[in-house]
Amino acid sequence: MNIFDSLISGISLGSIYAIIALGYTMVYGIAKMLNFAHGDVIMVGAYICFYTFTGGLMSFLPAVPPYAAILIAVVVCTLLGMLIERLAYKPLRTAPSLAVLITAIGVSYFLQNAALLLWTSNPKVFPSFFNFGGNTNIELGGLRISYVTIVTIIVSAVIMVALTLFTSYSKTGKAMRACSEDKGAAQLMGINVNTTISITFAIGSGLAAIAGVLLCSAYPTLVPTTGSMPGIKAFTAAVFGGIGSIPGAMLGGLLLGVIEIFSKAYISTQLSDAIVFAVLIVVLLVKPTGLLGKPIREKV
Amino acid sequence: MKKLLAILLAVCLMAGLVACGETATTETTETTETTEAVAGAFKIGGTAPLTGPAAIYGTAVKNAAELAVEEINAEGGIQFELRMEDDQHDAEKAVNAYNTLKDWGMQISLGSVTSKPCEATSTETYADRIFALTPSASSTATIEGKDNQFQMCFTDPNQGSASAQYIADKALATKVAVIWKSDDVYSKGIYDTFMATAPGLGIEVVSDTTFVDGNDTDFSVQLADAQANGAELVFLPMYYTPASLILNQANAMGYAPVWFGVDGMDGILTLEGFDTALAEGVILLTPFNADSEDARTAAFVAKYQEKYGEIPNQFAADAYDCVYAYKQALEAVGATADMTAEELCDLMIAQFTTMTYDGITGESMTWDASGAVTKDPKGMVIENGAYVGLD
Amino acid sequence: MKLLTNKTTRSNTITYAVVVISFVLLQLWSGAGMSSSLKGMLVPICAYVVMALSLNLTVGVLGELSLGHAGFMSVGAFTGTTAAMALAQSIPSDGLRLAIAMVVGALFAAIAGFLIGIPVLRLRGDYLAIVTLAFGEIIKSIFTNLYVGFDGGLRVSLLSNQTGIADNDLIIRGPMGIGGITKISTFVAGFVLIMLTLIVIFNLVNSRSGRAIMALRDNRIAAESVGIPVTKYKMMAFVISAALAGAAGTLFGLNYSTVVANKFDFNTSILILVFVVLGGQGRMLGSIIAAAALTILPEVLREFADYRMLVYAIVLILVMIFTNNPTIKGFFTRLFSKKQEGGANQ
Repeated sequence: MNIFDSLISGISLGSIYAIIALGYTMVYGIAKMLNFAHGDVIMVGAYICFYTFTGGLMSFLPAVPPYAAILIAVVVCTLLGMLIERLAYKPLRTAPSLAVLITAIGVSYFLQNAALLLWTSNPKVFPSFFNFGGNTNIELGGLRISYVTIVTIIVSAVIMVALTLFTSYSKTGKAMRACSEDKGAAQLMGINVNTTISITFAIGSGLAAIAGVLLCSAYPTLVPTTGSMPGIKAFTAAVFGGIGSIPGAMLGGLLLGVIEIFSKAYISTQLSDAIVFAVLIVVLLVKPTGLLGKPIREKV
Repeated sequence: MKKLLAILLAVCLMAGLVACGETATTETTETTETTEAVAGAFKIGGTAPLTGPAAIYGTAVKNAAELAVEEINAEGGIQFELRMEDDQHDAEKAVNAYNTLKDWGMQISLGSVTSKPCEATSTETYADRIFALTPSASSTATIEGKDNQFQMCFTDPNQGSASAQYIADKALATKVAVIWKSDDVYSKGIYDTFMATAPGLGIEVVSDTTFVDGNDTDFSVQLADAQANGAELVFLPMYYTPASLILNQANAMGYAPVWFGVDGMDGILTLEGFDTALAEGVILLTPFNADSEDARTAAFVAKYQEKYGEIPNQFAADAYDCVYAYKQALEAVGATADMTAEELCDLMIAQFTTMTYDGITGESMTWDASGAVTKDPKGMVIENGAYVGLD
Repeated sequence: MKLLTNKTTRSNTITYAVVVISFVLLQLWSGAGMSSSLKGMLVPICAYVVMALSLNLTVGVLGELSLGHAGFMSVGAFTGTTAAMALAQSIPSDGLRLAIAMVVGALFAAIAGFLIGIPVLRLRGDYLAIVTLAFGEIIKSIFTNLYVGFDGGLRVSLLSNQTGIADNDLIIRGPMGIGGITKISTFVAGFVLIMLTLIVIFNLVNSRSGRAIMALRDNRIAAESVGIPVTKYKMMAFVISAALAGAAGTLFGLNYSTVVANKFDFNTSILILVFVVLGGQGRMLGSIIAAAALTILPEVLREFADYRMLVYAIVLILVMIFTNNPTIKGFFTRLFSKKQEGGANQ
């Protein structure tokens, strides 16, 4: 495998991690919780898209074109995210963060097992939405790039920019940043903390649906555990880039993908996971808050 | 409050202990029985991954075993009562599940569906003298040194050498790439014997790459390595889920070698949404063919599809055969349901090592004293989205 | 009764008493009519209890979140089991061999804990958590590719079998893990290990070092400013926690005929963390009860058949909400205190 091919494979894998990591980092940055159920919302999003597209979700629903299927998946996941937040996380707003972490894991188990019962363990092969003129690839100067990769990179870049602008300039975005800094003070300023966190989850889960569609377009096998490993990898990517930082998640995701592919191609396919995690550790030792993370200020 | 919590937890624990520790009452209150309790029925049980990533294999076995038991019970004659317990593809949970089955009064066992859990439960069934016939746990460790452990599937080493032999005999290729799953007993077992046999048969392994659980979606590196080293054939000792991704990605990169799979590859054509054109020309060694003209197989496939809405894979076929093999063996020795597990164990060992069984995964199967089955793997090639026998 | 007037001593005594009484009762019951299902779970329960206790030392007492605790269990399981298998000829006594294996497992886990501790303890909060997760995955990856054989001396190789010993005679066989283990773990050994763990933890917590460790948890900067060496005490707690986990891993490994590295993954680490959080950080008795209850729960739920793991997830979420939501907590506290008053009036 020559170095350019490796780079392209790395970027295409990395862009998937990046888009999942964006959702992770968004929720972490504002609600200050590690939402381990994020990976499973991705899986739900992919299933919803698959079934609305093939028309198998409910018998009375017709099959719909891809863009409508993606839209429905985004809407369903947004609602699901808000529902999860309302039922499982909101009662724990004042609880220690570890309790919330465990609840998130409970939600993750719940979603996986509910999906297993609803949609069985038989893998589904995700349809390829991104082929133009019967081709899934494009040739650029002797290099072969798949359309999914191009779409994923564009979508994740657009989302990154949109999220940065949204949190910097919009009123809700500012409220989010205020909540992230200090919930109590934000409340005193007249910000509805609960609504703001709900919106954060809604956005994060909507992004998860898009990530699910792109993940399954690139690697088209869909099972109830599809989301869990990419979820953990993306979490790693988010930390890599500095958790809470939106451009950091993007950078972390891309780097993680590239490192993974390069260690597979040039060192060992057996130890690639170990190498990825070792690089993460080294990076955190040099920059303890990730590549683009804000340094933690300590107050006495 | 802390005290209250501690007390609450402790109460739950006590309740759990009692619920779990009681033996006598469980039989009547059981709700997990897969088939209805029948008077004078043999209690047959097994552990299978019904949740988690390996659930697809466990569910297939459970469904097919259930189907076979229903058919047999409907005929009159020998009656079975079946119970499958979830082991989550984990040795610890498998032993727990096995103990639950033992409490239930299991007389004969279907072992475990996957290899590592089966290795753990086979030690238990061996110690407890309960006869076990596993449908699909193919590693040699599950039967080695245990006189009452039998297999319905080929052992992994068998498949590795048979594959190498087949490739050499048919002169399919001389330069071969292998992609295998390095944290999987099944894949590793086949890989090892393939690698040991291939060089002696004039097959050169030019590319040898791996993947692991959780890193089983991107195969660009492995495929590029195979392509760069000029492999004419790629050997895939793995299950069909990752294999479908490999075919997909190879197609996207324009790489078209001969694909060679083993029994785990069976099922790829029935993947929901899979473009079967991608599997065109794939060769696999499998004892079961869901498209077979054989009347029994066709009836099994039709019934299975009607009941569960899916086409059965080879795991299901093996499980179906297990139950019927038990029926044949029990009838032959004239066993009755009031015999103890230990009595049945001795009868079954004597019977299985001497009998011949015709099933849907092979004709005239026999077992040797080690517990390994002898049946012929059939070479199949996929043409126009269906298996075609190669011989 | 002077002993019992001290609050800590009293709570420690209660913990010891609960463990001893449970052990005696279970031991009696297992002799008379206990189901095989529960009997089979006694040893893993002991192993998980020790895992929970040792993680509670890191999470509850030291105050650092670790997501890779199963990694130490893995080190203990593999090294301890290897030791037991290598010594099978030279030490015929099962009990002695188990004890030596546990010491070996604890020792190697302690070394792993020390090596990991050097980089990990420089980090804080969630970053520390993710690095422990990373180490857990690295340990898993290494054991999946490790080949170890014994022919008088230990032969070790990585990635493929270069030991010069036939595959089938190896002890650790890469992805196949260890097979053909003679099961020598017993409930009594598990009980002894729990007692030892409690003694180690209680003595540490009540010592000068323990107070220094808790001072670090409560306010690191203040503790540092009064001259407590941060790294030393953090490392002490971390290494002890790892060693105990290693011993538990050995106990676990020697209770099954086979052990694979994939067993000790991220999910197992999380499971142990659930025990600690549910039982209460820093509260040892809570960890013991939670570990036992949550190990038994999935088995009891077998009644629910296909819905088993779904029910498990719901129970987990509800328990976390009920024990942590201030409104519900307040409601139960009031209910409980009313009941007490009512009882007093009658």
